[in-house]
Amino acid sequence: MNVISGISGFDLVQRARKVAAVAGKFADDVDRHGRFPAEAVAAMKAEGLLGIQVPVELGGIGASIAEVAETCSLISQECASSSMILAMHHIKLSSLIAHGRGDAWHEGFMRRVADEQLLLASATTEAGIGGNLRNSICSIEVDGDTCRLTKEASVISYGAHADAILITSRANKDAAPSDQVMTVFLNGQYTLEKTHDWDTLGMRGTCSEGFLFKGEAPSRQIIPQPFAEIAAESMLAVCHLLWSGVWYGIAVNAVSRAQAFVRGAARANPGSVPPGALRVAEVAAKLHLVKASITASIQDYERVKADPAHAISIAFLVDMNSLKVTSSEMVIEIVDQAMIVCGIAGYKNGTPFSLGRHLRDAHSSRVMISNDRILANSANMLLVHKLDTSLLG
Amino acid sequence: MKQDIREILAKLGGLPVSVDTISDSADLYTAGLSSFASVQLMLGLEDKFDIEIPDHLLNRRSFASIDAIAETVSAVRAGQEAA
Repeated sequence: MNVISGISGFDLVQRARKVAAVAGKFADDVDRHGRFPAEAVAAMKAEGLLGIQVPVELGGIGASIAEVAETCSLISQECASSSMILAMHHIKLSSLIAHGRGDAWHEGFMRRVADEQLLLASATTEAGIGGNLRNSICSIEVDGDTCRLTKEASVISYGAHADAILITSRANKDAAPSDQVMTVFLNGQYTLEKTHDWDTLGMRGTCSEGFLFKGEAPSRQIIPQPFAEIAAESMLAVCHLLWSGVWYGIAVNAVSRAQAFVRGAARANPGSVPPGALRVAEVAAKLHLVKASITASIQDYERVKADPAHAISIAFLVDMNSLKVTSSEMVIEIVDQAMIVCGIAGYKNGTPFSLGRHLRDAHSSRVMISNDRILANSANMLLVHKLDTSLLG
Repeated sequence: MKQDIREILAKLGGLPVSVDTISDSADLYTAGLSSFASVQLMLGLEDKFDIEIPDHLLNRRSFASIDAIAETVSAVRAGQEAA
């Protein structure tokens, strides 16, 4: 299946592969030094990948979430950090597209994202909120045509390299913690003072450092819809879908390496089946499960999105949570098993079968929004939601 | 019915403000209703009104205000009586 064939005159797969080749060339260096993958992001901009989701009438190509997920997966096969940056950018962009239409400033900004290939970062976490992005402590101050915000943002992935930051806060100084808005601040409208380093096990190139954010911008840059609606209606689902696309890329590359290793062993000893072959079959079955889960969830998302009267139901949210938990658990398991197949060649760095970076990157999946938090959220929803018992839904 | 809804909201809504200060049409999420508390609220309503809220009504809009909740409860009751 080529989900991308629908876009005429813009060969997304070919462009994604070009970016993946650049990302792959620098992946080990990015990982070793925990540095921003500047070469890969420059290639994304050169190939126009930052604007693909922008609607055609605003200068993009109107790529679907399926197409963005495929793009992320292709790049992730070479460098998961680069791919995660692209995914996080597109999660922010999807919120703008879903909630900023009809608003002159935000439509103009989307056009700029496509024309100038602006990289968007996200600042939804804050010191003191305990990881729940649906709460804010800081509040935006609206003073006539100007708004001001100071936020102790404990994580802004690639914040120091972004062209704009979409940041959450309480809607005003008297608002409840969950009464939030999201505002676009352009580079130049804010200062960042680094407060936390990013020296991690994996996903080292995302440079998800913490900052004290101080910004001032025209108040029309506040997205009109409450953040509660943005989170519930588009952001959480897109987040789980695109993250899963990134993780699938890690997993499929690990399995490809394991398969290449076994094939090499089979060629060296014709007439016998190498011991790792059975494990490759086993891990391929797990990979298939993740793929099926992601593609089914993308179809669900597109179906819900296509029907404007359809409200996001608890059933849909439970399914998206299930996708996140399943794909993150499975990618770790898949890379781990692929390493057993490749043995020392997989454990060592610098071989064609090295899987150390894959394993470390994969381990980010369970803690990027803790699976325990997500399961607790589903557990609560499953108190009222009765699971659909049909096979085809 | 709205008085019953207000009592359940006061008990399970976890709102940072008194329910008395919230009008029937006010947005409860803006008032501070969390997604966790909204599910607890749904459970409280099912128990109080002896109803089972069907999946197609388990969404944010059905519980966005006291008016919306009253409509949801009425719709479920009408559906259950017809069944």
